[in-house]
Amino acid sequence: MAPIARLLLLALLSTALTISSGSGDGYTINGRVKIPQGLGTKGFALPGKTSNVKVILNGGQIVTYLRPDGYFLFQNIPAGTHLIEVTAIGYFFSPVRVDVSARNPGKVQAALTENRRGLSELVLEPLRDEQYYEIREPFSIMSVVKSPMGLMVGFMLVVVFLMPKLVENMDPEEMRRAQEEMRNQGVPSLASLLPGGGRN
Amino acid sequence: MAIRSFFLFILFFSSSLSPVFSLYEDQVGLMDWHQQYIGKVKQAVFSSQRAGRKRVVVSTEENVIASLDLRHGEIFWRHLLGADDVIDGIDIGLGKYVITLSSGGSILRSWNLPDGQMVWESSLQGPKHSKSFLLVPTNLKFDKDNVLVVFSNGRLHAISCIDGEVLWKKDFEAESFEVQQVIQPPGSDLIYVVGFAASYQFEMYQINAKNGELLKHESASFSSGFSGEVSLVSTETVVALDSTGSILLTISFQDGKISSQQTPISNLVEDSLGPAVIIPSSVSGIFAIKTDAVTVFIRVIGEGKLEVVEKTTHEIAVSDALSISEDQQAFALIQHASSEIHLTVKLAHDWDGNLLKESVKMDWQRGLVHKVFINNYIRTDRSYGFRVLIVMEDHSLLLLQQGEIVWSREDGLASIIDVTTSELPVERNGVSVAKVEHNLFEWLKGHMLKLKGTLMLASPEDMAAIQSMRLKSSEKSKMTRDHNGFRKLLIVLTRAGKLFALHTGDGRIVWSHLLRSLHKSEACQSPIGLNLYQWQVPHHHAMDENPSVLVVSRCGPSSDTPGVLSFVDTYTGKELSSLSLDHAVVQVIPLPYTDSTEQRLHLLINADKHAHLYPKTSEALSIFKREFLNIYWYSVEDQNGIIKGHALKCKCTGEVADEFCFDTRDLWSVVFPSESEKIVATVTRKLNEVVHTQAKVVADQDVMYKYISRNLLFVATVAPKGSGEIGSVTPEESWLVAYLIDTVTGRILHRVTHHGSQGPVHAVFSENWVVYHYFNLRAHRYEMSVIEIYDQSRADNKDVWKLVLGKHNLTSPISLFSRPEVITKSQSYFFTHSLKAIAVTSTAKGITSKQLLLGTIGDQVLALDKRFLDPRRTVNPTQAEKEEGIIPLTDSLPIIPQSYVTHALRVEGLRGIITVPAKLESTTLVFAHGVDLFFTQLAPSRTYDSLTEDFSYALLLITIVALVAAIFVTWRLSERKELQEKWR
Repeated sequence: MAPIARLLLLALLSTALTISSGSGDGYTINGRVKIPQGLGTKGFALPGKTSNVKVILNGGQIVTYLRPDGYFLFQNIPAGTHLIEVTAIGYFFSPVRVDVSARNPGKVQAALTENRRGLSELVLEPLRDEQYYEIREPFSIMSVVKSPMGLMVGFMLVVVFLMPKLVENMDPEEMRRAQEEMRNQGVPSLASLLPGGGRN
Repeated sequence: MAIRSFFLFILFFSSSLSPVFSLYEDQVGLMDWHQQYIGKVKQAVFSSQRAGRKRVVVSTEENVIASLDLRHGEIFWRHLLGADDVIDGIDIGLGKYVITLSSGGSILRSWNLPDGQMVWESSLQGPKHSKSFLLVPTNLKFDKDNVLVVFSNGRLHAISCIDGEVLWKKDFEAESFEVQQVIQPPGSDLIYVVGFAASYQFEMYQINAKNGELLKHESASFSSGFSGEVSLVSTETVVALDSTGSILLTISFQDGKISSQQTPISNLVEDSLGPAVIIPSSVSGIFAIKTDAVTVFIRVIGEGKLEVVEKTTHEIAVSDALSISEDQQAFALIQHASSEIHLTVKLAHDWDGNLLKESVKMDWQRGLVHKVFINNYIRTDRSYGFRVLIVMEDHSLLLLQQGEIVWSREDGLASIIDVTTSELPVERNGVSVAKVEHNLFEWLKGHMLKLKGTLMLASPEDMAAIQSMRLKSSEKSKMTRDHNGFRKLLIVLTRAGKLFALHTGDGRIVWSHLLRSLHKSEACQSPIGLNLYQWQVPHHHAMDENPSVLVVSRCGPSSDTPGVLSFVDTYTGKELSSLSLDHAVVQVIPLPYTDSTEQRLHLLINADKHAHLYPKTSEALSIFKREFLNIYWYSVEDQNGIIKGHALKCKCTGEVADEFCFDTRDLWSVVFPSESEKIVATVTRKLNEVVHTQAKVVADQDVMYKYISRNLLFVATVAPKGSGEIGSVTPEESWLVAYLIDTVTGRILHRVTHHGSQGPVHAVFSENWVVYHYFNLRAHRYEMSVIEIYDQSRADNKDVWKLVLGKHNLTSPISLFSRPEVITKSQSYFFTHSLKAIAVTSTAKGITSKQLLLGTIGDQVLALDKRFLDPRRTVNPTQAEKEEGIIPLTDSLPIIPQSYVTHALRVEGLRGIITVPAKLESTTLVFAHGVDLFFTQLAPSRTYDSLTEDFSYALLLITIVALVAAIFVTWRLSERKELQEKWR
């Protein structure tokens, strides 16, 4: 049996070979996590810093870390359909379905489960970066105006400055008529305003 | 802060779809705290780098490898390996790589010492299971490449330190060969592998380190056999014990020749001591044996002659050897005296000459010293100084230097078993009435700063001032109860048997107590803490009593060992009393009854299905007798796939009359066919959950009645084949069945099968719904399902006429014995991540809408509105349904990054999430624990009943002032105008 490591090295050099039939009782899944530069520069994960990225097989059966070049590897995996998850603070990775088939060793069968996109080689990239904090909106006049207190002030201003204008613009005769009408009716009571109040 | 008022109307505004939990970056640490731990240290290696900061690399029982700052004990970097990836050995290679051997010696990894980046990983296979050893010889070179020697799985490997490539390997396939030691004498090219074969044969293999060639193989048989471990006393001598544990065998294999000497222990130590064990150590020339009472240090002189150098009855701990010069080795020895520990550093060849002797005061709450690691440094006067790292019984880690504790880490908190909460003392009158802000000016200034901050006008210095002002607000870390119920004590029980009380305000340890009842003793060999229960929560009659918790533990790993109860005061941390029970504790049932001192009645079920009542008072007994016929419980035997319901029968019919012991009877049992179903999860409602209303008003003024019963049990079973890992089963041969069972009658209320699905199942039950998470093999994605259960028997009460004429059945008694008319609604959705834990928010009155808290595989906690898991979701909701807040149906649940309650932090090794209601209805307290701890406050429907921390009083004041000014100005103006009018 040739040294496994040498075999892996070979697998590394030709990235297309993702699943190699390992020695002994299982297969080897070999892939790469690529975090594009420029994504997620908000300080959660420095671009290129991969020491805190975990690669998890089947919901925690095996946990592994990335090598400096972003490669990872699971060894002694039985044939079957497996799930690989990548966790990195600041990025959203889709879990990946990987088929390790006993019949055609070395055949790549990987697909993102989120969008069912097939992968020709096991290079995992984040679907998007995750922004955990709300971004404070810069100061704007509108936000002050829209706030309850802004509305209060606005309403007061309207009452103070526009209402007299409205009264001024009214026809003096009409005004007098309205005033007289009011006098005839008397002061409207609160009870008469309520819908059911009139009946009592 | 709480201006509780009519802000309730804001509740209605909160029904927008935007994430409810969201945080600005400058609010981190305001309401939450995060603590990082590593767990009980198994092995520590000091970095010998001359330059840079001093570090120590440790491996722990929580499968963590970490690099700690030797000066302050802070974590430089830390990695948590998988749950099955137990660390067997660590070392430092070439001064810059941390080498770890894990998973029973099958995975070897190398990490970069400065930043913790993994450099390489290789997998080591072998013919059979064996002990594993990791050696990093300093001078063994192979093509200018340093070599690591690893023995694992019955195979010896030489591995390149640079890239992890296997240089050569050699199998030890002999069926019965058990390796005991792998030795690489410094300065030579030889490797010795020694071990036992067939339990009476001593085997020695000499191997060329350059190429793995077997140079020599010798064996010698010892008719008396071997027991336990061997101790290496020199590079070519080992000491072993015979199978009776009374004769010491000194075996030397110098130059490939095995010679041996037998020394009965009784020759060395006068009084016979009984069977002894060897304490493994690597100090050359000296080894130690331990019997029940004494520890004896023995020196090997010359040709297998033995000499006792010290005999002690104190508890001791010995470090490994540290070579301080070419031919000198030092080691540290720690002995316990009453309240102190004595640290001595000795040279290996000179027992009586102490290099160092110090006494350090030690809090007895830390227990015994379990492990010692020694390191040296060179003092300014060029003499050697020593520092030791000690691991205590409570799993804490301490650095001792110059007779003082330089730093300590409470790493017991990395392995929490159970959590409960306790209220803080009530603020007494006059003691510390909240100080009104120092003066008005300061107060205004602070709020002006905050205003500037919210208007984004603040400079960086202002921002820093705001941040520090917020963090400093001493309100949150006071030791008294607050109006909103935000301040509480979290009482946690750790695996080491220590109780901690953590303050929810800032996470500090208020008190800690190593339970005496969990101390190893004659009667109780290996005590294990099991659970915490609230024993006494005084609120009505017994205000003067302190609250207390009940700690249930048992004396061994199997469930039929006798139990131990201890009662701990939560204000002071004092152990009030402890009871060693004469029966086992299989199940603890807190009953919903309390006595006049507010002690809660508990029923303890033992292995013979007898129920024991605690507290053992006549008052408790009389309360219990009254409710005798109303007590039901269930038990789950997941091995046999049986769920049983029980009730009480009569007093115990034993030889000893015990009025607090009761016989039980089985009421019903549900047996799952073992060939097709296996129980993987059972879940019930939380006992203390509050439901606000049974009625649920749905669209078009219709009402649905929730089926709310405390006795509902959710059970999930999977096909036995599908209980393994994902990928081990095809969709055709795997299924998952979910049941809702009434635990009083055993009636199955609902059953649903998910074909092509498998576990693990994580479920949470609240009010009338259950949400569970499982794996769908057909889609190869995780799925979450919700089942809601509604009471149909009340459905006709909707008719107004019936209500008016009194023909409704609202007042008819609810009995579980009548067949309930229920309907269930369910729906399933895809979910992206694997889960580690699931919980639901709980509030004081249950009015606030609920959120699910999902602990994801990435060790983050995601808050997901329950409205996303509403079985009434449809693709095109009608206008009425939209108004009600029903979200259009999508096939998968959304993951909104802003709703991660842990924001950019990780709760490494997440195991559980606990929610506790605050007094303020809108708010719930969330505590997530694993290797790390995280605490925060959540308001699932926003804080509609109080002003937020951010509320700008300054803006309010300015507005009022402006309004008043405007009133005056306009009044003046109008007056003047009137005057002018009159003059006209």
